[in-house]
Amino acid sequence: MFGIQDPGVWLAYLLCILSVVFCIIYGFINWNKGE
Amino acid sequence: MDNILILTIVVVAYLFIIGYLGYYGYRKTKTALDYLVAGRNIHPVVMAISYGATFISTSAIVGFGGAAGMFGMGLLWLTFLNIFVGIIIAFILFGKRTRKMGHNLDAHTFPELIGKRFRSPFIQGFSGLTIFLFMPLYAAAVLIGAARFIETTFSTQINYNVALLIYTLIISAYVLAGGLKGVMYTDAVQGAIMFVGMSILLIFTYSKLGGIIAAHQALGAITDKVPAKLVAIGHLGWTSMPKFGSNLWWTLVSTIVMGVGVGVLTQPQLAVRFMTVKSNKEINRGVAVGGLFILMMTGVAFIVGALSNVYFLNNPNFGKISLEVAGGNVDKIIPTYINSALPVWFVYVFMMTLLSAAMSTSSSQFHSLGTAIGRDFFERIILRGKQSPYTVLITRIGIIIGVLVTVALGYRLPGSIIAVATAIFFGLCANAFLPTYIGALFWKGMTKTGAIASILTGTFGTILWLLFIHQKESEALGLCKLLFNKPTLASFPWVVVDPIVAILPISLIVAIVVSLMTKKPSKEHLDNCFRHF
Repeated sequence: MFGIQDPGVWLAYLLCILSVVFCIIYGFINWNKGE
Repeated sequence: MDNILILTIVVVAYLFIIGYLGYYGYRKTKTALDYLVAGRNIHPVVMAISYGATFISTSAIVGFGGAAGMFGMGLLWLTFLNIFVGIIIAFILFGKRTRKMGHNLDAHTFPELIGKRFRSPFIQGFSGLTIFLFMPLYAAAVLIGAARFIETTFSTQINYNVALLIYTLIISAYVLAGGLKGVMYTDAVQGAIMFVGMSILLIFTYSKLGGIIAAHQALGAITDKVPAKLVAIGHLGWTSMPKFGSNLWWTLVSTIVMGVGVGVLTQPQLAVRFMTVKSNKEINRGVAVGGLFILMMTGVAFIVGALSNVYFLNNPNFGKISLEVAGGNVDKIIPTYINSALPVWFVYVFMMTLLSAAMSTSSSQFHSLGTAIGRDFFERIILRGKQSPYTVLITRIGIIIGVLVTVALGYRLPGSIIAVATAIFFGLCANAFLPTYIGALFWKGMTKTGAIASILTGTFGTILWLLFIHQKESEALGLCKLLFNKPTLASFPWVVVDPIVAILPISLIVAIVVSLMTKKPSKEHLDNCFRHF
């Protein structure tokens, strides 16, 4: 995946992207939540 | 126009902006609350960028980016941990509770938070003293990285000693005047510069090497160029993890990935950021900004560091891998790549990126050093916690002492200490404070005695491990050789296992066992601590 053979490395690459996607979605879903 | 003249104009303009923001922070600072926790009303974007810019220093970009040039893309596990632990867990799980408990207990620093949670002046004082004694090592590492970079850039105008002094004086001025408000406002601008610089670097690198997949495939195709001495210790190529259980695997996984990846949770200069916002809404918003920021910092540095091997190998002017081009010094891989692969104007942008990364980290370190020795140790232990109208003055004196100690170390420590010193401080903080911090926020059954036992176990366990077991430090420090006539008391793999892997579990077990055996805190105190949870 992503042109990388070793799953130990492409998994890290994928998890980096997914974790940032989670951060952005979480931030916007909870944008006005939280006195 | 002369390149140095252009760069000087850019740097002076940048310093004017930083100076103005420091002055703005000074104007906005009226009380000790403003000086210590920015009045608890910082904007969420400023908080998140300040957190990220403080977290990421020249050590992360140049030091660890260069390490990726040697280790390869396996370092992306550290980027994942930086985001997953450093943002998702730190903000969502720890940050919200830290903010609430900090408000409930009126805590202004990380040691004060855990000290008041367990009603122990000793915990606050000892934690403050530990931070004050060991943080200068990390602060000096950042200082050395910045001064070396300034010296290299202005090689004919400024030598290392002058660079170190000018850099320290500028940061000290706005930290002393503006307190945490000055630090966080300047962090926000510095973080924005870092984001732009690293984004351009990523786009340039992938474009130059034919796109994402082509670049990765090209890196995978040069596995046969790995030097024999690296293959011997477990290197399997720049797009592969090192051989499981090998010397290189332990170094990558235990010291670089675990040590720095987990240690971030208990960095005092980062934990205090959560106490600077007025509600959890700001922390929720900070998650989106922080996650993207960290990816664009360490993710880009590690990808570019690894891919620099393809550039250097395919370039007829070099024809060698990054480590060989840099003469075996990993700290030179990223600067050499920037200077040779990218246009001149980007060298200026990258110079500002690194200067911003260093200054944003150093300023927070100086502030934390001041609060650790001033508020946490002097006010809490020497003045026995009496209300003092001189909190800001005491903290400022603490900052000056911390800066002097750091500068003294900056003149004495060797250049190769940067990544090691960073990992030592991150590991020490995790081993000493993480079980107590987790217990403080999540376990009402954690007791004062359990917390003290865990902190002492983590602190002294780490020191002993570094002195007698972990070969890199025990050999350099020399005490083991002096006492036992050998560089370390252990054998492989323990000699390459980071203290965080060995000591943190022990510190955690001690915290649980001692807490189960000792008297619980009063219900009224716990109700006060956990109000609004």
